[in-house]
Amino acid sequence: MSKFKKKKKGLPAISTASLPDIVFMLLFFFMVSTTMRETDLVIKKPVLPQASEVKKLEQKSLVSTIYVGKSKDSRVSGDKIQANDKIIDVKDVISFIFSERASRKEEEVKFMTTSIKADKEANVGTIIDIKEKLRDIDALKISFSTTRGTDIKSNF
Amino acid sequence: MARREIGEINAGSMADIAFLLLIFFLVTTTMDVDSGIARKLPEKTDIKSDVIVKEKNVLDIVVNRNNQLLVENEYVQVTDVKRLAMKFLNNGGGLSTPTDGKPAEPCDYCTGDKDPSSSDHPTKAIISLQSDRGTSYGMYISIQNEIEAAYNQLRNDLGKRLYNRSYDELLKEYSDNPSESINVKISNLKDKFPQIISEPEPIK
Repeated sequence: MSKFKKKKKGLPAISTASLPDIVFMLLFFFMVSTTMRETDLVIKKPVLPQASEVKKLEQKSLVSTIYVGKSKDSRVSGDKIQANDKIIDVKDVISFIFSERASRKEEEVKFMTTSIKADKEANVGTIIDIKEKLRDIDALKISFSTTRGTDIKSNF
Repeated sequence: MARREIGEINAGSMADIAFLLLIFFLVTTTMDVDSGIARKLPEKTDIKSDVIVKEKNVLDIVVNRNNQLLVENEYVQVTDVKRLAMKFLNNGGGLSTPTDGKPAEPCDYCTGDKDPSSSDHPTKAIISLQSDRGTSYGMYISIQNEIEAAYNQLRNDLGKRLYNRSYDELLKEYSDNPSESINVKISNLKDKFPQIISEPEPIK
């Protein structure tokens, strides 16, 4: 009866030959989806307010970001405006937007959006000044950057 | 002279290398989707046109430097803004502005109180948000958000009545597969409740 020898019990070892493939797949996913942090913040990282009616910003390449927040040095008071790795004055917003426009194609300029990432403690006055400057040069599309949430009370 | 055979390269460490790269990208990746409240700024024009707007067609929202709110001269909380704005926009107490030969007509899609002392027509209703320079940005955004929420809710409700689909659903459908028929519906809803928000000069 040796024809019906008992089969060896126990599971065979799982082949790890496809492991590199799986890892590569993950790797490519992260390589594609990653966005390197393009700017280093010179100001204190703004705490964005919460809002429920948010829209996603399309076409990230057409977005220029202006940060508003407190200085890292706690002795310096008042709001600081940052664009392109350095702290700028309100009137320099115009030249910042022009330099952003210069690096885009001409037909894309009208789709450009300015995203304002401001700290929730910032003053509305600063934001209004920026808005006025943007209006002066017809950069009319803006987006107030917020995080998605419904806890409105935490904003103030 | 014996030719030296090139041995096969051992691929066993491939996974390790890939893992190393994977971990690097995992750490450096930031997948924050940039989202926010979209606004279109009004254009600057030299021509000063004096448009006369009836006071009943304007919802006055004033916020001071202590983040206190006045809506139509009454002290309210931020959470009340949405309700008040909806009541104001949806009122439909009068006639629309006659445009392009179309006669003025009453708002047949408004479900409001038809109060003659409040706004005439959604296309005439203006929300005015006056802030102080010292108001905190968080407060400002909260009010903007509440106003936006009021418009969205009205458009959603109207969408459900007209097309059995809310405004949000239509927008989502349009982004999934854009078609002309959905676009027409979206712009119709937008025209029915246009966002007219005025921001006068801040209080110094």
